[in-house]
Amino acid sequence: MPINKIVASFDEAVADIQDGAVIMVGGFGTVVSMPSCLLEALDRKGIKNITTVSNSSGFGADVWKMQGAPFPEDMDILVRNRRIRKAIVSAPVSAMYVNNFEKLLRAGEVDIEMVPQGTLAERVRAARAGLGGILVPTGIGTVVEQGKEKKVIDGREYLLELPIKADFALIHAHKGDRWGNLVYRGTSRTFNPTMAGAAKVTIAEVDEIVELGELDPEAIVTPGIYVDRVVARPKAVVDDREITDEQAMESQARFRSEIEATKKLKESGGSQ
Amino acid sequence: MTDDLKDKQRLDRQIIALRVAKEFQDGNYVNLGIGIPMLASNFVPAGREVVFHSENGVLGFGEVTLPGEGDLDLVNAGGQTVQRQPGMCFFSHDESFAMVRGGHLDISVMGAYQVSDKGDLANYMVPERQVGTIGGAMDLAFGAKRVIIAMNHVTKDGQPRIVKKCSYELTAPACVKLIVTDIAVIEVTDKGLVLKEVAPGWTPEEVQQLTEPTLIIDKECREIELM
Repeated sequence: MPINKIVASFDEAVADIQDGAVIMVGGFGTVVSMPSCLLEALDRKGIKNITTVSNSSGFGADVWKMQGAPFPEDMDILVRNRRIRKAIVSAPVSAMYVNNFEKLLRAGEVDIEMVPQGTLAERVRAARAGLGGILVPTGIGTVVEQGKEKKVIDGREYLLELPIKADFALIHAHKGDRWGNLVYRGTSRTFNPTMAGAAKVTIAEVDEIVELGELDPEAIVTPGIYVDRVVARPKAVVDDREITDEQAMESQARFRSEIEATKKLKESGGSQ
Repeated sequence: MTDDLKDKQRLDRQIIALRVAKEFQDGNYVNLGIGIPMLASNFVPAGREVVFHSENGVLGFGEVTLPGEGDLDLVNAGGQTVQRQPGMCFFSHDESFAMVRGGHLDISVMGAYQVSDKGDLANYMVPERQVGTIGGAMDLAFGAKRVIIAMNHVTKDGQPRIVKKCSYELTAPACVKLIVTDIAVIEVTDKGLVLKEVAPGWTPEEVQQLTEPTLIIDKECREIELM
């Protein structure tokens, strides 16, 4: 029988995820790198008490709608609807404003394990690769070393960091085929290929499903062996509702004025 | 801080970034943090080819584009859209940090809340809020061959950011090699902090007044060259 990992809908793709599950979520900071439709389906399901493993804790959909992202939900949808019991995360809060995760953290409504980004990536990779742990120099002499075993190798100190295992990994890719082979687009690769295969079940949300053989074997980033389900996004519909997040607007305005100032300085010969 | 120092003119963010960029050597692989460091990508000295790395899995990207003009699938670690350019490549997060942790980056430029005279760095725990984001900062501080800090010399209340001992949570001990501020350029050495350059209109003594540890004033200490 032909292998077919393609699932018809996002709701079907997440149907067997239970309350209390450990769930990896791919992507980085910007929403286009994230499995937004899977996050929405998980939220629709009304899931509770999950442990999430992700780079960030989300900025919220309004920020991304303003940038024209057609699928604007990030980790914030799980945060604001109080789906998360514990977050294993590298970048939980923003220096620019107070996000919903910070509010829950302050209210004592969520637990956190903050992990340096490279350590997070490598602990996830270790789970995929079947390793019992990794030795990492990052964090020696900081709070990160607390409670961890140290090893000295060739005169340098390392921390023993353990693999992060999960029940599900939700990732986003650009194109996928029925075997689960995946390719990505630009900087939207990030944690997605790192997490593929690191959980018991990996579910890939893709922009487009293509015929087997259409992806160049030289260019496939995630081999299908790591992927259990593939589900396609609907054709993008840009939401043009008005933006409500004033702070996000301000930050955009600041970016813009800074870039314009740089350009002006360059034009006046400042870079020479 | 005395009032006369408070009102003295300082370098703005753009000029600090411009000074930082003078450190980039031909062929360097460089990671730029969010804020002032990111601005340095626009000031690479003429004739030098520098490859920028961003944690989110890209090497060799171009200048920042205006919001709305870029490709959302092509961003730097701060989420700003950047230009595509020949030679650039994309990779996963574990690969990205293999580059960082594995000592493959020549320079990491970051902001800071505090730097000590030993080069200890504190830049992740937001002091007033007692929460923070470690993000990629720790790996960069531990892994890059040379860590350069770009920041304002004092806090908004005029307190020194260059201190004998960091009171904030450390990102990494003894990692900073060079500090570029709005009034000075300071090198971290085994002997202590060496004042190399001062902003126009500033004297080494005035910089010392706003710096907690005693500075060693370099014999060739001079005014920062801005252009």
